[in-house]
Amino acid sequence: MNKLESKQVNFYYGSSHALKDINLAIEANTVTALIGPSGCGKSTYLRLFNRMNDLISDTRLTGEVIIDGVNIYKKGINVDNLRKMTGMVFQKPNPFPKSIFENVAYGLRVNGITDKKFIEERVETTIKQVVLWDEVKDKLKKSAFELSGGQQQRLCIARAMAIQPSVILMDEPTSALDPISTSKVEELIHELKTKYTIVIVTHNMQQAARVSDHTAFFYLGELVEYGVTKQIFTNPNVERTQNYITGRFG
Amino acid sequence: MNHFESELEGLKKDFIKMWELVALQLKSSLNALASMDHEKAQQIIITEMEVNDLDLKISKNCENIIALYNPVAVDLRFVLALIKINTYLEKVGDIASKISKFVIKSGDPFYNDLINKTQTLAMFEEACDLLYDVMEAFKTNDAQKARDIFKRDEFINEINKTAFISIINSIKENPDNIEKYLKVIALNRRVEKAGDMSKLIAEEIIFYIEAKVIRHRGK
Repeated sequence: MNKLESKQVNFYYGSSHALKDINLAIEANTVTALIGPSGCGKSTYLRLFNRMNDLISDTRLTGEVIIDGVNIYKKGINVDNLRKMTGMVFQKPNPFPKSIFENVAYGLRVNGITDKKFIEERVETTIKQVVLWDEVKDKLKKSAFELSGGQQQRLCIARAMAIQPSVILMDEPTSALDPISTSKVEELIHELKTKYTIVIVTHNMQQAARVSDHTAFFYLGELVEYGVTKQIFTNPNVERTQNYITGRFG
Repeated sequence: MNHFESELEGLKKDFIKMWELVALQLKSSLNALASMDHEKAQQIIITEMEVNDLDLKISKNCENIIALYNPVAVDLRFVLALIKINTYLEKVGDIASKISKFVIKSGDPFYNDLINKTQTLAMFEEACDLLYDVMEAFKTNDAQKARDIFKRDEFINEINKTAFISIINSIKENPDNIEKYLKVIALNRRVEKAGDMSKLIAEEIIFYIEAKVIRHRGK
């Protein structure tokens, strides 16, 4: 079964038609890259899956956005629960002004978990999952702001993962990172896909090619082409895709 | 034209220069063989250094383009095809040079007779034409023209097979000249190989234009 799906999705910012009839199905435990020029609708599309666009006024959605077979925009959906299953990582690392430990424990605490031992174990496991443990194990009580940009971003990924979502949404997660940190995050994405379904927005074509199984190319609110990444980057079916990935967009 | 496109254009220009030079080398070696012209043959051996220099320059430029521009899709196929075709062209240059060495070393009319008898020159002319025509297919991005090469290469292979059988029979009749016969077999084999190179080049052109890998498959 598809993990994520959109059917005939249209999205509007006021009178601006940002997404046009998007039909897309994403399999579980895969990485899907959303590419396209600025303003093409890829981030808007990503934010549909945790209903973050709800926070923007004067927006309108038609069509269905589905996770695990359920339309997440139907009446009665608990948005808090939805966001627990869809962790999100943003362009710039945004740790809370708290300790490294508390950043990761935060999601557990706001979800009412008070068992100290459980929280400690989950924090440790999650920080290990993002391959940050060896770097921070001796300074868990220090402020998260003491970490480097790359470490902060991995901490934010750990924070998103601590509440054990099944989907991770990433909006240009490495655009503010140096090549070494970028490589660590990309390696992490590769490891995480065995347990999570990951959707990543990126402007970096090589990154999309390196980390994703499938790639979707958006342009002016339309989904121009969706396919296996290897095929998209070696022999795309649509000329507009080829022109974009080869830098000949006019 | 953006910066990347002008880099590719520069690469293509050098590449065509190399191709024209190699095609001329092959054609000149045919003429040298037909007239057993030692001076012409000597010139081909000297010019081979120029081919080698271009081979190195193109290899380096392809490497730089991959490292600096990370080409994808049609651009990647273009560069990958160029790397392979460059190698094939360099081999054709070697063939022209080796045939020229044969011309320089052989001053015996025996060879002229055998070359005429085995249709070496007809085979050689077709090999030269193939190299020019496959270059045209590349210049004009014409996959069909590239496909036409396959059939014509078979014609060369056929002549070579017939020539081989004929020479083997001659060896049986006249074993004293076995060394000379073997030299002409090697000469024909080189000409046939030049034809093979055009076929391999045609495969790369189809890969670049149509994204289809057709080697090791029925054409």
